[in-house]
Amino acid sequence: MGSITLKNIHKAFGDQVVIPDANLEIVDGEFVVFVGPSGCGKSTLLRLIAGLEDPTSGEVHIDGKDVTQASPGKRKLSMVFQSYALYPHMTVAQNIGFPLKMSGEKAATIRARVQEVAKSLDLLPYLERRPRNLSGGQRQRVAIGRAIIRQPAGFLFDEPLSNLDAALRVSMRLEISELHQRLGSTMIYVTHDQIEAMTMADRIAVMNAGRIEQFATPLELYRRPANRFVASFIGSPKMNFIDGERAAQYGAHAIGLRPEAISLSRKTGMWGGHVERVEHLGAETIVHVALDQGQKITVRTGIEDAVASGQTIFASPDGSQVYRFDENGLTLGFPENVPRSALM
Amino acid sequence: MKKPHTIFLKTGISVLGWTVALLLFFPILWTVLTSFKTEVDAIAFPPSFLPTQWTLENYFEVQERSEYFTHFLNSVAISVGSTVLGMLLAIPAAWSMAFQPTRATRHVLMWMLSTKMMPAVGALVPIFLIFKTAGLLDTLFGVTFILVIANLPIMVWMLYTYFKEVPADILEAARMDGATTLKELFYVLLPMSLPGVASTMLLNVILAWNEAFWTLSLTAIKAAPLSAFIASYSSPQGLFWAKLSAASTLAIAPILVLGWMSQKQLVRGLTFGAVK
Amino acid sequence: MSGYQMKRAARFALTPSVVLLFIGMIVPLAMTLWLSFQYYNLLNPAEAGFAGVSNYTYFLSDPAFSQAIINTLLLVGGVLAITVIGGILLALLFDQPMWGRGVVRLLVIAPFFVMPTVSALVWKNMLMHPGYGIFAWIAHKLGLPPVEWLSNSPLLSIVMIVAWQWLPFATLIFLTALQSLDTEQQEAARMDGAGPFDRLIYIILPHLGRAVTVVLLMETIFILAIFAEIFVTTSGGPGYASTNLPFLIYVQALLQFDVGAASAGAIIAVVIANAVAIFAIRLAGKNLTA
Repeated sequence: MGSITLKNIHKAFGDQVVIPDANLEIVDGEFVVFVGPSGCGKSTLLRLIAGLEDPTSGEVHIDGKDVTQASPGKRKLSMVFQSYALYPHMTVAQNIGFPLKMSGEKAATIRARVQEVAKSLDLLPYLERRPRNLSGGQRQRVAIGRAIIRQPAGFLFDEPLSNLDAALRVSMRLEISELHQRLGSTMIYVTHDQIEAMTMADRIAVMNAGRIEQFATPLELYRRPANRFVASFIGSPKMNFIDGERAAQYGAHAIGLRPEAISLSRKTGMWGGHVERVEHLGAETIVHVALDQGQKITVRTGIEDAVASGQTIFASPDGSQVYRFDENGLTLGFPENVPRSALM
Repeated sequence: MKKPHTIFLKTGISVLGWTVALLLFFPILWTVLTSFKTEVDAIAFPPSFLPTQWTLENYFEVQERSEYFTHFLNSVAISVGSTVLGMLLAIPAAWSMAFQPTRATRHVLMWMLSTKMMPAVGALVPIFLIFKTAGLLDTLFGVTFILVIANLPIMVWMLYTYFKEVPADILEAARMDGATTLKELFYVLLPMSLPGVASTMLLNVILAWNEAFWTLSLTAIKAAPLSAFIASYSSPQGLFWAKLSAASTLAIAPILVLGWMSQKQLVRGLTFGAVK
Repeated sequence: MSGYQMKRAARFALTPSVVLLFIGMIVPLAMTLWLSFQYYNLLNPAEAGFAGVSNYTYFLSDPAFSQAIINTLLLVGGVLAITVIGGILLALLFDQPMWGRGVVRLLVIAPFFVMPTVSALVWKNMLMHPGYGIFAWIAHKLGLPPVEWLSNSPLLSIVMIVAWQWLPFATLIFLTALQSLDTEQQEAARMDGAGPFDRLIYIILPHLGRAVTVVLLMETIFILAIFAEIFVTTSGGPGYASTNLPFLIYVQALLQFDVGAASAGAIIAVVIANAVAIFAIRLAGKNLTA
């Protein structure tokens, strides 16, 4: 019902090419996240799917139908904007009911549906309020309500949680995931926060400079990144990259090691260096080490290891978890073992 | 905490401020007061500030003379007419430039600004001749049409700056919700920019009502609005200052009130949005 | 509507306004240009024909013309000077806290909304009239002879009337600009030890720069075209002492019916206005970003 396909999408604004050639197939009912640094084109791609922008060339298909020429209203998609984009001069009830009004539903039908939706989102007490009298989280829910009332084929979210404070973000993330489970519709979610991506997505499209670097499940991206960009983008703290001599030893231009794939010892190890900084997070400790001859790495250890800043230290990589990259950043083969901690 | 010298300062400034304000307002005040005087009072020398006896006879006489009322209606027709016509043109134009800007948009805006800069005299002769041939001289339609053209740049510019303040994503949300462009305009854009639309209309009414070049050149008797009518009394004809004051007061009162109500928006309109 | 259709709709939406303005402005201008090279007198319509530049030479050599140009520039210069300087001073004054600030503001702004014909008449007959005008009364009180404003100093009188009308405009704009001045900036300046005079020079005046630019530009445009005040008070006289360019052209066209000459004059006026406007915009260019 809500499968979405992008075929050879090319988008340029004047002379500036924002998306060179994008191809994507999203399965009905999936929760897909577009993630990437600022300016990577993820919002543009979302807007192309929504119909708010037109591709310079290429096609957008929804449920097998070519909708490239169709207006946004006709694509049966709903969008939740970063700023919520609520109509300030309308009440919550009018905001939520607006899509139905646009499609010509009768007033009685609209009222009933608005009640239903408001109830499911805990918005019943606020129906007669204006958006300016609502909190951030409430506004977010009104935006969601407006999106679900039409029972669209798919939902589009454009960085909806960026404007919320940290605690609210966590609870809203949960609500959106529950919404997905409840409705089962296709959802495309844009964010720059890879934690949101990893926790919510069925599949993630990692984007960089207009290209989809990799489109896979979170675990797949974590364990088998297609290139250095994906490897460094997914995972926190970031993967360590070491080039030069130490990389050559493994037959690669550069090697990558996740912080949990290195062990530290005060007495002996493969690489020598000294401790720069230690971060005690309680359940784990992050140690920033400056290796001799110049590389810096981040190591995640358990609380048993007591290290202090300035001390000499030795680091030893786990050979079975070394990622190897060639000069172009592409991964050469994958390590066999599963890393000790799959996600943070 | 108000220190005594602050109150002292405030009082001093208030005195200065009020003095200046009253001096500036004086001519208007004088006109209004004179309108309540008898004619004898009006030309008395030395002039008396307040009427020796307050009278409404001037106002009654002005009302009686149907000419005055006709000209008043002409002013209303021209002001309202040019505003409505102008808005019908300016709203789509401003919408187009605010929400679908192209590389040409800036040039078009600047060009519109420049048409306002051209002195009206440059077009006086041909317009006069064309109107004469087409029988449009001394018609309400003729002068209204010219005023639409004259004020269109200001209306477009003003609406443009107000429309640009509407967040684009709210309009996009409407589009996602299935609104056609017209519905977007009526249900979302216009309600949100209503104050801006209202002030633009208000400004145009004021400018059209006070216009004193085309109204003087293109109208004579039938279509003359108040500006022309009052101008026809430029050579003194004996004892009628009080009546003229009454006529003047009636002529300027509506605009004074409108102007007072819309000062803030006028600043934006008259500076093409450069000062807000 | 898809994006393509939206763009098309936008172009349609814009077209009527652009077309109307084009027809309303360019076409008459072109006709004026053409007419300026013709013999065309409404009193003698039979005698028409190509006149070459004789209309221009006639106009340019007419002493009335040079007088009108000078008057126009003096008028603009005088009014600009009074309104900008006065406007800044008044804005600074009315930005201060005072009792009844709202009402005071209304009083100060009022003159701008008065119809030019009414203003002119009021000034002519009630203020400046040597027989029973207020100014005459003041002179009388001071033991001085009354000044025959409109006969003896016609241009100055016009400048006074126009300045009175436009001072509120400048004041309102400067006041708006002042009130948009970030109080934090002023507080920071005070922390840095700047006294009120320093703050005026280093913070307030530069902030007003943009507003001054706008006021200069707008007033120049409008005051170059001043017409009604002259029409109602002096009719350009005595002689041509208070005739400005628009009035001169009006006289030529509608009172002397010499359409050819008037058109030549109009073209000259347009050229001058454009020159001034371009010069002013060039000078102000960076300050005016929409």
